[in-house]
Amino acid sequence: MSFLELERVAKQFGTQTVVDDFSLTVGKGEFVSFLGPSGCGKTTTLQMIAGFLDPSRGAIRLEGHDLTVVQPAKRGLGIVFQSYALFPHMTAAENVAFGLEMRRVPRSECRERVRATLAMVGLAGYEERYPRRMSGGQQQRVALARALVIRPSVLLLDEPLSNLDAKLREEMQIELRQIQRNLGTTTILVTHDQNEAMSLSDRIVVMSQGRIEQIGTPQETYERPASAFVSQFLGKTNDFAATIDRTATPGRLIAGSWSAPAPAGLAGPVTISIRPERIGFCDAGLAAKIVTRIFQGNHWLFQCESECGAVIVIRQNDGQPQPAEGEAVRLAWRPEDMSLRRAGDAA
Amino acid sequence: MSAAPATDGRDARTAWLLTAPALMLFVGVLVIPLAMTVMLSFHDWGQYKGIEPVFILKNWHEVATDPYFAEMFWRTFRIALLTTLITAVLGAPEAYILNRMSGRWKSFFLLVILGPLLISVVARTLGWALLFGGNNGLVNKLLMSLGLIGSPLPFMFTETGVVIALAHVMMPFMVLSVWAALQRVDPQIENAALSLGAGPFTIIRRIVLPQIMPGVLSGAIIVFSLSASAFATPAIIGGRRLKVAATLAYDEFLNTLNWPLGAAVAVLLLVALVLIVVGSNALIERRYAEVFR
Ligand SMILES: Nc1ncnc2c1ncn2[C@@H]1O[C@H](COP(=O)(O)OP(=O)(O)OP(=O)(O)O)[C@@H](O)[C@H]1O
Ligand SMILES: [Mg+2]
Repeated sequence: MSFLELERVAKQFGTQTVVDDFSLTVGKGEFVSFLGPSGCGKTTTLQMIAGFLDPSRGAIRLEGHDLTVVQPAKRGLGIVFQSYALFPHMTAAENVAFGLEMRRVPRSECRERVRATLAMVGLAGYEERYPRRMSGGQQQRVALARALVIRPSVLLLDEPLSNLDAKLREEMQIELRQIQRNLGTTTILVTHDQNEAMSLSDRIVVMSQGRIEQIGTPQETYERPASAFVSQFLGKTNDFAATIDRTATPGRLIAGSWSAPAPAGLAGPVTISIRPERIGFCDAGLAAKIVTRIFQGNHWLFQCESECGAVIVIRQNDGQPQPAEGEAVRLAWRPEDMSLRRAGDAA
Repeated sequence: MSAAPATDGRDARTAWLLTAPALMLFVGVLVIPLAMTVMLSFHDWGQYKGIEPVFILKNWHEVATDPYFAEMFWRTFRIALLTTLITAVLGAPEAYILNRMSGRWKSFFLLVILGPLLISVVARTLGWALLFGGNNGLVNKLLMSLGLIGSPLPFMFTETGVVIALAHVMMPFMVLSVWAALQRVDPQIENAALSLGAGPFTIIRRIVLPQIMPGVLSGAIIVFSLSASAFATPAIIGGRRLKVAATLAYDEFLNTLNWPLGAAVAVLLLVALVLIVVGSNALIERRYAEVFR
């Protein structure tokens, strides 16, 4: 099952540890994203897989063979760089053909594969264009074609879409996913855009400060975040103070005027985490006042000032009348939608 | 100042008035002497009569027919071309290696390379003369005392010597020019080629070199024109025996006092250089326009 395997990989620059204890197994054909804030070590990890950096500790294996002893030029991985790194003095076709020439693929086969790959990324007819004369999206496609044409065992993408505007980025995401599905190429994508990671990947590796916070499917990481960091980083999250009152039996969890039966375990002051879309307007519950109401097409975003501090609420635009700015409302949610931790624990 | 239309004429006059000093300086020290030099080259000259302000083609005829001048011009451009080749072959790798060095070393070696620009060309050339000048040159003395050579290395008054000294003087211009081109190269591009299976030699030849070629060529134009018109280095190393266009013109003006002939040599050098530089520049622009504009 495991195709690419990273075992306790670490990287140090001088005394600074940039990646630490990074273990991951990627299955054949899987699409895995590294997601994390800027500077958390995503690129460094990718460059260690590519061979441009040597890991300080740990092992990287491809199909069971140690990859770190293989020269980067011999690893046969396809890489798309954030800056694309196209060869500016070569046409699109020459760029794509470069990897095949290095592999001494016969001329006629080479020409055919270049043509087919460019067509696959939607660039048929652009063979003779120089990169400078192409748009950002087209350059990005050339870079993708150049990486794919050598039929890499693993495709490494370092923030390939971050230079594109929002609409083009969305189009390319869909296209990238389709191409990856069709070819079945094992793919690792580096990104700091949570939407991109969620819409593209089979699994997401959430990273923070060089360490893995959580590995899971997009749904798992979103709905059952392993740490406060993950819940903050993936989507919006409300955190507010509550208390668990154990003087009465059964104990109760109390947040302002909202309360629910206390779960087992915790006692005293706690912090509630809940996604904005899981909070509803009800007749009873946390008392709040709507400060701003923002229309975002398919949903409404409410910023409320509640008894327990600021709360964000997201409601689907399903045609129901929505409360207006300044209106007093009551907020409620199902206890199973929230997560609890002791107050003061790492946020 | 007021922008009212009535004062527009005055504004234009003011502009002319303000630029007049600079303009007069430009005309006075460049345009007029140049025009006079061109005119001078058509004047007559004789040992006893001096310069005669007439319009004749005598000097041009002499320059065109006397094989001495052909040889001298040929030598001038041969020296310039060899110097350019040496600076390109040594300077381009130098800039590339420099660019790959890490922070502190990079600034240190950049200073080492650019430092000589702060020292007068005369001083730098005299350094070569001190090292290789005949029997008294330091290096010659050392090698001879070690018994490695029997007689001093022929350096002074040789074309080889002039070319080596010129290449040394011109090197910073080439390194700077290539360096500037390297700054525009994507730092990830070598990794991209590497990941596609290219070896180090292939990366240099097929990826790096084509991208810095415009820098090498513009550096070559600078070095070539500066070398072809160089005076101090050929004067010190080449001396009287090995004349180039610049030193010949100087001699005609100050020693023979045949100003018209000197003027013809100087004008011919200028015209030839302008043609070569403009021509090669146009060629380069056309060759690389598609890729780099
Ligand atoms: N060559 C290096 N020497 C020293 N420190 C480095 C080096 N390369 C990267 N770092 C440090 O390692 C950390 C992680 O860098 P990395 O490029 O992997 O981050 P990243 O997650 O890719 O961030 P981004 O999203 O901004 O690209 C950063 O703090 C960076 O300063
Ligand atoms: Mg990065």
